[in-house]
Amino acid sequence: MTAPTDVAPAAGTTTMSYRQALHDTLRAELLRDENVLLMGEEIGRFEGSYKITAGLLDEFGPKRVKDTPIAEEGFTGAAVGAAMLGLRPVVEVMTINFSLLALDQIINHAAKIYGMFGGQAKVPLVIRTPGGGGQQLAATHSQNVELFYAFTPGLKVVAPSNPADAKGLLLAAIRDDDPVLFLENLALYNTKGEVPTDDTPIEIGRAAISRPGTDITLIGYSRTARMALEAADRLAAKGFSAEVVDLRSLRPLDRQTVVESVRRTSCAVVVEDDWLTYGIGAEVAASISDGAFDWLDAPVRRVAMAEVPLPYAKSLETAALPAVDDIVVAAEQTLRATGRG
Amino acid sequence: MARRKSGASDKPDVEQLTEFYRRMLLVRRFEERTARAYTEAKIGGYCHLNLGEEATVVGLMDGIEARDYLFVSYRDHGYALLRGMDPGRVMAELYGRSDGVSRGWGGSMHLFDVETRQLGGYGIVGGQLPLATGAALALQYKETDEIVLCQLGDGATNIGAFHEALNIAALWQLPIVFAVVNNALGMGTTVEMSSAEPELYKRGAAYRMASARVDGNDVTAVRDAMREAAAHARSGKGPFLLEATVGRLRGHSVVDPAAYRSAEEVAAVRKADPVLALHAQLQAAGVGDESLAAIEQDVTTVVTKAVEFAESSPKPEVGTLFDYTYASPVPNDTRRRPAEPLFPEVVAK
Amino acid sequence: MDILMPRLSDTMEEGVVASWHAKVGDEVHAGEILVEIETDKALMEHESYQDGVLTEILVPEGGSADIGAPIGRMRVAGEPEQAAATPAGAAEGSAPAQPAAATTPSTPDTAAASAATPAPVAEPAAGADGARVRATPLVRRLARESGVDLGTLTGSGPGGRIIRADLDRAAPAPAAAPAPAAAVPAEQPAAVAVPVTEDDEVTPLGSMRRTIARRLTESARDTPHFYLTRTVDAGPMSELRAQLNAKLVAAERPKVSLNDIVLRAVAVALRQHPEMNSSFAGDQLVTHRRVHVGMAVATPAGLVVPVLRDADTRSLTDIAAAARELAGKARDRKLRPEEMTGSTFSVSNLGMFGVDQFCAVINPPEAGILAVGAVREEAGVVDGALAVVKRMTVTLSVDHRAVDGAQGAEFLRSLAHLLENPWLAVA
Repeated sequence: MTAPTDVAPAAGTTTMSYRQALHDTLRAELLRDENVLLMGEEIGRFEGSYKITAGLLDEFGPKRVKDTPIAEEGFTGAAVGAAMLGLRPVVEVMTINFSLLALDQIINHAAKIYGMFGGQAKVPLVIRTPGGGGQQLAATHSQNVELFYAFTPGLKVVAPSNPADAKGLLLAAIRDDDPVLFLENLALYNTKGEVPTDDTPIEIGRAAISRPGTDITLIGYSRTARMALEAADRLAAKGFSAEVVDLRSLRPLDRQTVVESVRRTSCAVVVEDDWLTYGIGAEVAASISDGAFDWLDAPVRRVAMAEVPLPYAKSLETAALPAVDDIVVAAEQTLRATGRG
Repeated sequence: MARRKSGASDKPDVEQLTEFYRRMLLVRRFEERTARAYTEAKIGGYCHLNLGEEATVVGLMDGIEARDYLFVSYRDHGYALLRGMDPGRVMAELYGRSDGVSRGWGGSMHLFDVETRQLGGYGIVGGQLPLATGAALALQYKETDEIVLCQLGDGATNIGAFHEALNIAALWQLPIVFAVVNNALGMGTTVEMSSAEPELYKRGAAYRMASARVDGNDVTAVRDAMREAAAHARSGKGPFLLEATVGRLRGHSVVDPAAYRSAEEVAAVRKADPVLALHAQLQAAGVGDESLAAIEQDVTTVVTKAVEFAESSPKPEVGTLFDYTYASPVPNDTRRRPAEPLFPEVVAK
Repeated sequence: MDILMPRLSDTMEEGVVASWHAKVGDEVHAGEILVEIETDKALMEHESYQDGVLTEILVPEGGSADIGAPIGRMRVAGEPEQAAATPAGAAEGSAPAQPAAATTPSTPDTAAASAATPAPVAEPAAGADGARVRATPLVRRLARESGVDLGTLTGSGPGGRIIRADLDRAAPAPAAAPAPAAAVPAEQPAAVAVPVTEDDEVTPLGSMRRTIARRLTESARDTPHFYLTRTVDAGPMSELRAQLNAKLVAAERPKVSLNDIVLRAVAVALRQHPEMNSSFAGDQLVTHRRVHVGMAVATPAGLVVPVLRDADTRSLTDIAAAARELAGKARDRKLRPEEMTGSTFSVSNLGMFGVDQFCAVINPPEAGILAVGAVREEAGVVDGALAVVKRMTVTLSVDHRAVDGAQGAEFLRSLAHLLENPWLAVA
């Protein structure tokens, strides 16, 4: 896998997993700022449903690492209120599916408080939550509803695809004065990569060209950005040079980077882990139409999840989820449409 | 805790009651003027008044300290006035003007003032409950002796977040008082129609939370009950659930004719009007008509000036439209009005 | 200021001035009809963009001009006085200017882009129906910048779309001489020399007649037609119509015609036989998901084919209303270009002229057209006894490149079944 090229080479790097990068960053921020506290279900005694917070209760105690009851609306809202009074809570919502129980507090409150009260109260809050199907968790536990948050002004939404971005964006999110939804992905926790040793945040609102290319632009975020890199490898073996844009931020969306890439390649495939209709791919495709219309040599394609509640059975689940093969097929069809296939 | 009765044992302090009367009358006249401005189309959106709840509003506000934090529902005008916000800036907010307490971004339901620590009226029923609980968590975290007062209406006791917030507050022993202002109606639905336990303060038992009910038409009783509840929360004994029973003189909002209420019901509420009752009580205690008229005059002047201030306050500049989307600046923050293209250079060609 | 020949149809290259609504010296106001233009498809009204005085008519009624060429002149406020005195106070009280006043009607390159292609093997980029050139936005921009006439290119992309590769393959455009001139003759129908004597009357072709000639020549030349004829029992159809109209009249609603029932049945049959709702496109076959039925309408100016969109999803009375409106607009030459494009199959009915049966020429790129004859009474056998029956003969013309004989026959069988059991088509 190709390392992100937009990330400035740091003084030094260490190889570690996405999970480790998150854990180490949370720990470093707890050490750095005493207003940072962690809240969520099972993050303390249980050490986190996905073990991101392992060992932190022992090290920092129950005041800084707060186990909550199963009450997403209650504890997410409490985190918003605590942030209004100057704390910097980092909430873990066990999976993004459960964040739906806290929609009122996230969308009606966290996202509104700064603007609706004329800028008098900030909400420096991070909501960490993993999305992602593919684990045979069936329909209610396999959704990707980051779109709901990316839709909402007042929130920021980041979706790192690799350990280095996980660290850089988490640093940025915790130090940001706005509510940030930090999207993780079950399928990424064990992936490894080079992570800078220094504590430089990655600016929220900037996409990265994670692989330069000339023939076609592949656009993804979180897991799909990683899949796009794999697809680019496969396309390279067939003689095509694919450029991969990793959105990294879903709100704000870095349309400029996407559009500039498509102006170079004249065609694009957007890959998303959510449903196609009204999805993030639709927004990206519309943005390409806005900014790169006169450069397009083929319609923008979208690779997205089948529009069904995700089934449990592996055969059906696999059929519904976008895969690297799907990206390659869509890219080849698009290249063919431009006479290059 | 025992149920509090109206008119507690203390002898009424006439000077104190006169001051309470002045505050209650301020709320009364302010809300009446607000209703008029609304019908004159100078105030937009939804507009909910404290008419009939003046004794409770004044009592609750007198029972907490200036350093305490307040979260209230969308029926929030009176609280803002008594919290010490300038009446002109409150009215300016209702008018949607730049001098409004929320700079014209919130309107009637969202009065917020960081100086006086009223951290919002909230338009979503019960939305303030988890927030206030979290604010109390922050106070506990910072080890201050401040508390949070979270006011809510009777209808909000039926939402899921009521349970979640009270459970968390009790579980973590947070310094917070939940004050239910029970005006017996959630819009047009009675408490009996919507709550399986209509004696709302009893809900505290589910969380082993101290609780009490008070006659919300008795300003002194409310003040005393609030003081006790605040002392409880401040002393580290955990949260408190206080219920004040009041009457709603008008509809749910300015535009609600309240046709669902019977004439008898309305008559009963009017008979118990706390402002008139206190007026009569003061007269009986020997306060002269001139003094009471002077108070009326003072209050009217304040309200008139508030309206004048609001009318003269400039409307927010369109250029400020994108000033409050994010507290931390961020690139690619799309700042466009409806017809503006995302890529003007492409459109201009 | 020059008044330019506007571009009022996506395929027009030149227009004919049908009538001027102002005389020289007349005051004209922005937003008022200034001139009527006959395009290749319709008669279009054209408004003045500015207030002023018409000072000169360069193209008289009946004359034609290329898009963008001056057809008249007007003096607008601020321009130097030249003509005779205008009425005092002419500048005051005029209608407010239209926001779009500054819009240029057309540019030469957009006109060139709509030129048709020479006889293509693949589906021509211009679309066999003469619709707009299919080219990617990238190609359009590059062509605009380099002065290449897209009408001279053949698209190799999906559906005949011109893609950048086609542009790259094409010879670089000559620096000076514009290409379109060379392309124009190719689209003229091959004309046989006609000896003209003084006994003959010569009428120059209007642009509409020219379009009909070109397209039907292309169709007859390039589309291998075959024909299937079938006679159906028109009794139930006539009965249904009578019953329905009795009810409709009682309800003070407009009546339906037999042709409306035929249109509805065709739409339903097309839904059942998508292969008939297709287009042959060079190395691929395009099957249309939506059913848009073209209805041939004879007008004094010639044949036009307005389109009933999504006819398969519309009720009979809806179709009747739409067909009536379209036919009326066609006769009045008020059809908008988008009302005449995009049909996926056509129906031509000459029954009202007493024609029993005929073979129609396919309207490209459609795969078929149905020719409908008159309902006639004749002797027939009903339940073993001789009786007077109503018959109607329909003939299906089919593009053999897209559809084979058996498929066409199956479509016709379904259609006949629907016509003979018309409530199935209506239900």
